[in-house]
Amino acid sequence: MVENKLGRQIPEPYASQYGVYTGEFTHIKHYQRAAAKVQPVKPRQPKLMQSIHDAIVATGLKDGMTISFHHHFREGDYVMNMVMAEIAKMGIKNLSLAPSSISNVHAPLIDYIKSGVVTNITSSGLRDKLGAAISNGIMANPVVIRSHGGRARAIASGDIHIDVAFLGAPSADEYGNINGVNGKATCGSLGYAKIDAKYADKVVAITDTLVPYPNTPIAIPQTDVDYVVQVDAIGDPKGIAKGAARFTKDPKELLIAQYAAQVITASDYFKPGFSFQTGSGGSSLAVTRYLKQAMEKQNVHASFALGGITSAMVSLMRAGLVDNLLDVQDFDHPSAESLAEDPHHYEIDAEMYASPLSKGSVINQLDVAVLSALEVDTKYNVNVITGSDGVIRGASGGHSDTAAACKMSLVIAPLIRGRIPTIVDDVNTVVTPGASVDVVVTEVGIAINPKRQDLMAMFKDLNVPQFTIQELRDKAYAVTGTPAKIHYGDRPVALIEYRDGTLIDVVNHV
Amino acid sequence: MEIKHSAHAGTLESSDLTVTLQPATAGISIALTSSVAKQFGDQIKQVVTVTLQKSGIQAATVKVNDKGALNCTIKARTIVAAYRAADKTDYDWEEINSWIN
Amino acid sequence: MDKLRRTMMFVPGANAAMLRDCTLYGADSIMFDLEDAVSMKEKDTARMLVYSALKTFDYSSVETVVRINALDFGGVQDITAMVLGGIQVIRLPKTETAQDIKAVDAAITKVEKAYDIPVGRTHMMAAIESAAGVLNAREIAQASPRMIGIALGAEDYLTSQKTYRHEDGAELSFARNFILHAAREAGIAAIDTVYTDLDNEAGLIRETKLIKQLGFDGKSVINPRQIPVIHQIFAPTQKQVVKAQKIVAGLKEAEAKGAGVVSVNGQMVDKPVVERAQFTLELAKASNMETEVD
Repeated sequence: MVENKLGRQIPEPYASQYGVYTGEFTHIKHYQRAAAKVQPVKPRQPKLMQSIHDAIVATGLKDGMTISFHHHFREGDYVMNMVMAEIAKMGIKNLSLAPSSISNVHAPLIDYIKSGVVTNITSSGLRDKLGAAISNGIMANPVVIRSHGGRARAIASGDIHIDVAFLGAPSADEYGNINGVNGKATCGSLGYAKIDAKYADKVVAITDTLVPYPNTPIAIPQTDVDYVVQVDAIGDPKGIAKGAARFTKDPKELLIAQYAAQVITASDYFKPGFSFQTGSGGSSLAVTRYLKQAMEKQNVHASFALGGITSAMVSLMRAGLVDNLLDVQDFDHPSAESLAEDPHHYEIDAEMYASPLSKGSVINQLDVAVLSALEVDTKYNVNVITGSDGVIRGASGGHSDTAAACKMSLVIAPLIRGRIPTIVDDVNTVVTPGASVDVVVTEVGIAINPKRQDLMAMFKDLNVPQFTIQELRDKAYAVTGTPAKIHYGDRPVALIEYRDGTLIDVVNHV
Repeated sequence: MEIKHSAHAGTLESSDLTVTLQPATAGISIALTSSVAKQFGDQIKQVVTVTLQKSGIQAATVKVNDKGALNCTIKARTIVAAYRAADKTDYDWEEINSWIN
Repeated sequence: MDKLRRTMMFVPGANAAMLRDCTLYGADSIMFDLEDAVSMKEKDTARMLVYSALKTFDYSSVETVVRINALDFGGVQDITAMVLGGIQVIRLPKTETAQDIKAVDAAITKVEKAYDIPVGRTHMMAAIESAAGVLNAREIAQASPRMIGIALGAEDYLTSQKTYRHEDGAELSFARNFILHAAREAGIAAIDTVYTDLDNEAGLIRETKLIKQLGFDGKSVINPRQIPVIHQIFAPTQKQVVKAQKIVAGLKEAEAKGAGVVSVNGQMVDKPVVERAQFTLELAKASNMETEVD
């Protein structure tokens, strides 16, 4: 057992294998970038395969290899289940699964884990049923949770070597040029898939919209794609936008958003040419709305907005308030359409978005980020992966990346959810270290991380109630009562990598 | 107060709970279903038990379906379930007011 | 000095989550509803829930009001529970006569005496929701020393008038003006009816401007979203604030000198004007305006 800098116990052999967290930027070192093995394609050699089965055979997929998928179709994804069903039928076992993330719709993975088809997983997150199953200990090897930037780093540095990437392609030609803006299930940006395409040995494009050559615009080029397969449907467009992007009418979420917008607009960062990132949750989207009002009123426009893009951000660009959208993923259809139409709406890959080991990612240029939380503790550590019952149900996403790199990070969350306090003594699982978190925003007021004395001075006269983080915790506990500690077993079911590849925490089975 | 028949109070809305009481021969037994059982299960049972005892009920079979209710809500639902189960409509407010907080 | 009652937010007595969260949104008063928002068979649970909430949550940042049921439909139990819970104001719905108020007053007095609570601690307000109620508003407003306000309940009233809500509010002009006069004669607050079309912010703004112009203290609200809209309309202008600051400064000067008369720029200022100026400054503070005298 090794204690990391945050006092979290990391068991062996994982502590030695990964290293333990020592600080936000202490582990940023030079490295040799990994590269894919390439099987060149000769003239007159076709890439189009008759079926997923044929494509799998052609890739030479074998027991023990690593395969990957992207999560741009979110809850509407058909590709992973389709491919996994075929792989299982073919009797291939012992695979490592390395998708950019996993959604509720991928619950069938539970069966493939039980039958030994999948024996290792790395992902940004795990949702309901699969998260619960893994927390209950159905896998012998712990899942490795990586942030979006951390995954890009792991792939670029060779920590993850993808043997075969199966990439859902909203549109593709027979030679493997892909984009996400045309087709039946348009997801917009293919930012996460681009990394897989670049670094995987074999890349299979799976599309339901085969178009004449050349398929432009080209998001993923033919030079990165080995095979193309046409299927009836790769995803449900409704599922892509599911659970995101609706403007909330919940008064509590609106109040939190209003406070967050007040913090942002009162900061020194809020000036012409500033940049920001907001998420897709109800409060986060409302922040964008309130920000829009302030930008209009004070005639402040942003140079760029980043991240998962929503129609709220698109409307800001259309109103001339944001000059550019840098887009790694889209959360709704209007955003995908905007990517197709507007040259200032620009598709970027995960490495450019957030990798700590790139030659400078976009988040390094970011002023303000608005992030969510399942729990925040009195050390400002944030948990976005386990519920307060200790069960894995969330996703690391770009949380730790953005929080570490931007100039001011806001973590917005209700003080309590039902009877569950959000501000606690100790989070169940640390995903983002307190060192990266600057302001916590709740419906009763905000807490500024004391390490940011500059912000405390900046917000001295801010018309939002201010508390210490301990006071916020006390307010939460006064309403809910003090929660009992969760009793975990002794077997690790998930390793939480910090973006630099060291272990920031471990989740044990419950 | 004595439980004469099965009765319940409350809703399954978020932050609420239902408390169902049934006659029992001895002791208070609670079957709890809660979205926050791991963090607050013991506290919920404790609040229900104490509330019933304060209401003069020594024996009951209790079913609690909790959706994250706070203690004040648990108390309110339990008291009403008890009065309903005892067929009492004239609340002893002085007595309730003497212990509720 | 007058109390701020720009917004009185309805909170259904059966809703546990709202009882917890209702103080977050800045309403001046919270009105827990045991009447129309609660079904007949859940009167006991709602009453107990609101009572328990009153005993638990910190409502000190708002004025607490409860809308009780008619005395012969559970109102007596409502009064007992709410007075014991420490409610500040009991609101009687569908008030038609002064006798209605006197009966509730007597019921409150009985509870206060029985439980050693100072008699008169619990205040009252009347909701007027019928033609008879409007026409008896003067007597109702003066029926009890507990009375702190009258509220207009337009929905039932307009049905009894054989009309319905219109955009310009002409159908309510008599009731509003009459109730307002009755309230002012009695020296108590006048609260306007709810605006039920939640998604029509322009309509809410128009109606709030109208009732502010008439002289109402504020409005009942059914959703927290309406609160900032109304508060903004009730905010004083910068000019009013500056004038009020001068008057209050004059008052302080007079007090320091032991003078009985307040004067500003050599002009004598009457007591009601001074009180109004103090209220304006309080309103400015509640509206997050700068009120420091330079």
